[in-house]
Amino acid sequence: MTPIIDVRHVRKAFGGLTVIDDCSIQVEKGSITGMIGPNGAGKSTLFNIIAGSLSPDSGEVLLNGEAITHLSANRRFHKGLLRTFQIAHEFSHLSALENLMMVPPGQEGENLFSTWFKPGEVKRQETETRRRALEVLDFVGLSHVRNELAGNLSGGQKKLLELGRTMMTDARVVLLDEIAAGVNRTLLGDLISNIERLNRELGYTFLVIEHDMEMIARLCDPVIVLAQGQVMRQGSIEDIQNDPAVIEAYFGADPESEAASA
Amino acid sequence: MNELIYFFNYVVVAGSVTGSIYAMGAIGVTLIYSILRFAHFAHADMMTLGAFLVLLLTLLFPHAGEPLGLPTAVVMLPIAMVLTSLAAVGIDRVFYQPLRNHGVKPIVLVIASLGVTLMLQGLIRLFSGTGAQSLYVDARKEIFRLEVPGVTRPIILTEPQIILFVVTIASVIALHLFLTRSRLGKAMRAMSDNPDLARASGINTRLIVTLTWVIAGSLATLAGTLLSLDVAFKPDLSFFLLLPIFAAAIVGGVGHPFGAVAGGFLVGFAETLAVFNWSVLLRPLRDSLPSWIELPNNLALVGTEYKIVVPFFILIAVLIWRPTGLFKGKVI
Repeated sequence: MTPIIDVRHVRKAFGGLTVIDDCSIQVEKGSITGMIGPNGAGKSTLFNIIAGSLSPDSGEVLLNGEAITHLSANRRFHKGLLRTFQIAHEFSHLSALENLMMVPPGQEGENLFSTWFKPGEVKRQETETRRRALEVLDFVGLSHVRNELAGNLSGGQKKLLELGRTMMTDARVVLLDEIAAGVNRTLLGDLISNIERLNRELGYTFLVIEHDMEMIARLCDPVIVLAQGQVMRQGSIEDIQNDPAVIEAYFGADPESEAASA
Repeated sequence: MNELIYFFNYVVVAGSVTGSIYAMGAIGVTLIYSILRFAHFAHADMMTLGAFLVLLLTLLFPHAGEPLGLPTAVVMLPIAMVLTSLAAVGIDRVFYQPLRNHGVKPIVLVIASLGVTLMLQGLIRLFSGTGAQSLYVDARKEIFRLEVPGVTRPIILTEPQIILFVVTIASVIALHLFLTRSRLGKAMRAMSDNPDLARASGINTRLIVTLTWVIAGSLATLAGTLLSLDVAFKPDLSFFLLLPIFAAAIVGGVGHPFGAVAGGFLVGFAETLAVFNWSVLLRPLRDSLPSWIELPNNLALVGTEYKIVVPFFILIAVLIWRPTGLFKGKVI
């Protein structure tokens, strides 16, 4: 089976600093793949290359076997590859509901011609979009704040809104960039169960960058460990957690030996 | 009563004319700022370009307006709007987009737009000459004199002024409906709020940029042409409006189209009121004034030659009072 995301020999340098060096990863369809690694390992850069916010110096990115290396972020969106942001992004001057209604792709109203000549069709779609947005808000548990300006939501609610955004369209792959960062424990539980439900019930594939090991352990299989711009290990969370090389890359030293010397 | 009519002609009408022109210019400046995040200094010369294209078209087909009963220049406006929009999009592709793709600081784009303004000025002068030319080729400007009963002095309105008011109101309403009702308009507001998220939400930001130039170019053509119709076409006519237009956009709250309209009218009326000769209004009271007060012939607040100071005085006053402009700006 072709992997849904296939990154082949990607390289990216900023000035003289090579951040991603001949890196290849695959994400299987229907999986929740985790990506971890110490700070500066190149996780976010690789993530941005997959999402289309950065283009690689060399190498290829394939979505479902189709090369998307040179597509812009909004074109990738329409192919079903969606992302969330590490620091939650929202249209702060629009309400939570309007934020979601902004999303769906291929809308008639976004074409100048139909705005003027097919008002009926545009209106019908708006109604449909609104219905879906309300459903999504209900799903992620934000119904009670639907008319609140998104800028006024709490950090955790904004993250839920980000997740909701990915549900407004028929997404195939969702890239989650540190979705747990800055979210309180209660909301984090909601977030994790929403991700699991999307994966199980709607067949979403997730690629997750995360620092929260508890969340990685609960959600992700397999886990990819990046270090110095390359894949260091790939495997189940148990394998990774017991791998001395990973522990060394992460903590700089073997915690066992540190504990012994203390 | 004569004095009130005089006030109406020289303040209400003149202020509305200036205000409408400033408003349409400032909307363009403010939209470009909110989408592309830089101050577009070539905007005034885009107005000139639009008016120049209308002049060219009018010279080519001087009688096209007769069957419709409108000045030929007005009939040529839509064509010139399309051409100016194309030019604006072309300028963006050639000069600004490569810079944006390199992720330069906004100041570099501002300086680039100064370059574009000099280039446009030179090009237009090359073809039009430096003198003034009327946009009424082979036709006369209609002037309406409305008699008010019991008064000798009539209310004077010219044809281009009436067209200007109608066009300004129509375009502000159209823009409002576009931004609040249509999905494309909402996408535009979304992009001004958060361009990264807009892209990640599947909004085609290139299309939005193009659209921004089309709207700005069309409004610039309207403003430049209607101004030239009211006065006469001159290659530097609009350039002298650049600073008041920026003052209007900033006073209204940069990035806020309705702020730009309010700012435009505020600046326009302030300018007219400042140069208005107030002694005209006081003259009827002359007899009832105590004898030691002698009414001077000219009681304007500032001389006409210092008119340009007024917008900046307002700008500073408003910014001290409300640092973000009349309306809270930055996002459409």
